[in-house]
Amino acid sequence: MQHDGFEAPYRLEYTYRRSTGPVIGRFLGALRDRRLEGVKTSAGRVLSPPGEYDPETGEDVGAPIDVGPGGVVTTWTWIAEPKPLHPVARPFAWALVRLDGADTAMLHAVDVGGDSGNIRTGLRVSPRWRAVRTGSIRDLECFVPEDLSARTEVRTLATESSGPVAMMPSSVQLDYTITAGRHLSTYLRALATKRIVGGRCPSCTKVYLPPRGACPTCGVPADAETEVADRGTVTTFCIIRIPFDAAPFPPPYASVAVLLDGADMPIFHLVRGVEPEEVRMGMRVRAVWVPDAELGPTLASIRWFEPSGEPDASYESIEGHL
Amino acid sequence: MSSVAGRAIAIVSFAELPPAERDTTREEAELVQPVVAEALARAGLDRKDVGFVCSGSCDYLIGRPFSFVAALDGVAPWPPIRESHVEMDGAWALYEAWVRLRCGDIDTAVVYAYGKSSLGDLPRVLAQQLDPYYLAPLGVDADALAGLQARALVDAGRAGERELASVREGRRISDGAAAIVLAVGDVARRLAKRPAWIRGIDHRIETHQLGARDLTRSSSTRLAAEHAGAFGRNPDVALLHAAFAHEEIILKDALGLDAATTEIPPPRADPMIVAGLTRLGRAASRILDGTAGRALAHATSGPCMQQNLVCVLDGAPEVAP
Ligand SMILES: [Zn+2]
Repeated sequence: MQHDGFEAPYRLEYTYRRSTGPVIGRFLGALRDRRLEGVKTSAGRVLSPPGEYDPETGEDVGAPIDVGPGGVVTTWTWIAEPKPLHPVARPFAWALVRLDGADTAMLHAVDVGGDSGNIRTGLRVSPRWRAVRTGSIRDLECFVPEDLSARTEVRTLATESSGPVAMMPSSVQLDYTITAGRHLSTYLRALATKRIVGGRCPSCTKVYLPPRGACPTCGVPADAETEVADRGTVTTFCIIRIPFDAAPFPPPYASVAVLLDGADMPIFHLVRGVEPEEVRMGMRVRAVWVPDAELGPTLASIRWFEPSGEPDASYESIEGHL
Repeated sequence: MSSVAGRAIAIVSFAELPPAERDTTREEAELVQPVVAEALARAGLDRKDVGFVCSGSCDYLIGRPFSFVAALDGVAPWPPIRESHVEMDGAWALYEAWVRLRCGDIDTAVVYAYGKSSLGDLPRVLAQQLDPYYLAPLGVDADALAGLQARALVDAGRAGERELASVREGRRISDGAAAIVLAVGDVARRLAKRPAWIRGIDHRIETHQLGARDLTRSSSTRLAAEHAGAFGRNPDVALLHAAFAHEEIILKDALGLDAATTEIPPPRADPMIVAGLTRLGRAASRILDGTAGRALAHATSGPCMQQNLVCVLDGAPEVAP
């Protein structure tokens, strides 16, 4: 394996909730009451689980009707190593189950005691309900072979309705190992040794910071490594006056775009050692590096910028980099 | 009607990175730049003369929101270009470019796709396209669904242990990118000695409700093929996009393909999101290099091949431009 680029663990997470709508919300509410429902299309087909429209015609579906609770396995696949998020902890089958009275099938888990020899297409199954139900497809814990359930579960329908479900949790969590790529890795490695390395486009000679996989003007890799200075000119700035959680300092403080000498792209950083009101376009600044022991492959190796004491640069010198 | 009624449009060049199991050295722009540059060079087209750029990629695959924006540097978007993107396999980006070229005001387009499946858990990433109410809370993933489809085909007597084993082995993971140049009429003739004319292209989708589908047949492939004009004349070569062995059986049936008269190269471990576009590119390459007169390319997307695209390519345009 090639290790030219940096890698890091990364979790993508969206903590969404979803509105369910009248058809799905009603079905989920029925599950909470230990009932299985379908909906009838105008052609007389019974869809379970229900959809909001007939997939064949696009028409609205009719009133809900009870289906099941028994059904038949129409196809299945074996999961030898269940994961924590699966409904059954021991080896089980995913199956499409066509509930009695329905014309379509529902996907769910079938628990056959951990033995793949007990699952087959055509197997009659019944639902096993969770003790605590919240209005979710998981209120139905799984299906089990019908002969088993007849002995272990009383198949009665709840008489009271707890009503439809309006919202449901719908979070996403995905884990990645992200990579920085060759060019960004070169840039990050250099920062750990107090060097700032850009990439020069061989065609237009612009120096990109960080280096880029391709020059957006020329369409060729801007990868000729070019070291730039750790001092430069403020091209623009922003004074932060409102406190927020991730703020590096108590406000007010200034965030600046610095065009380092030798580079054609400004980098974004902080400036200290000057009153925020005195920060200005054209101001000359130099990098303040962290102590050597704290250096790492990150732009945070530069603690902040401070005024260099040089006279301001002319507007013309930064005009093309705004 | 999806056959070429007005302007004859052709694939004039194709380039792809060799699929790598895991590529830690290339980020978005670094994947895209070499294939776009190579496809343009093969066609002898200056990128300043490209009329339209369209790409296919998936942010979930890379785990980076707006990943496709990062990739744009690879096509040199400055000064500003006409550009569009689909969060899908590049084959659907090619469809959009084909539609765009039919508008009549531009003559060339570049289509590219890039994918890095190695960064995350691909079956879990693919699960993000499942029904959020009925399937996502169960933690079922795309490979398990492929298992359901394979078993349905076994039960129907059309598959066996080999196909079940193919699912158990799991999906092959790889990273890569590909690019295609499209051109119209005389421009296509100028850019390629033997353009691969798109005689028909269409894509169709089936219901999102898995349990409402006949998993042993691909009605969307069949319909797309009909509208692309795939029936009536056997292609010399057919490039099918299938991740598992049973999917090939379903596709050959839907497309009416006969291995005796049509060469059907075995599927390769092509990168997710790129694989469909490479089918179009490789099918076109066989016409460009003169080793086939007619070629069929297929791309698929979604759980149990929910959505399918079929393209018929030919060495001769149907209509005079
Ligand atoms: Zn350049």
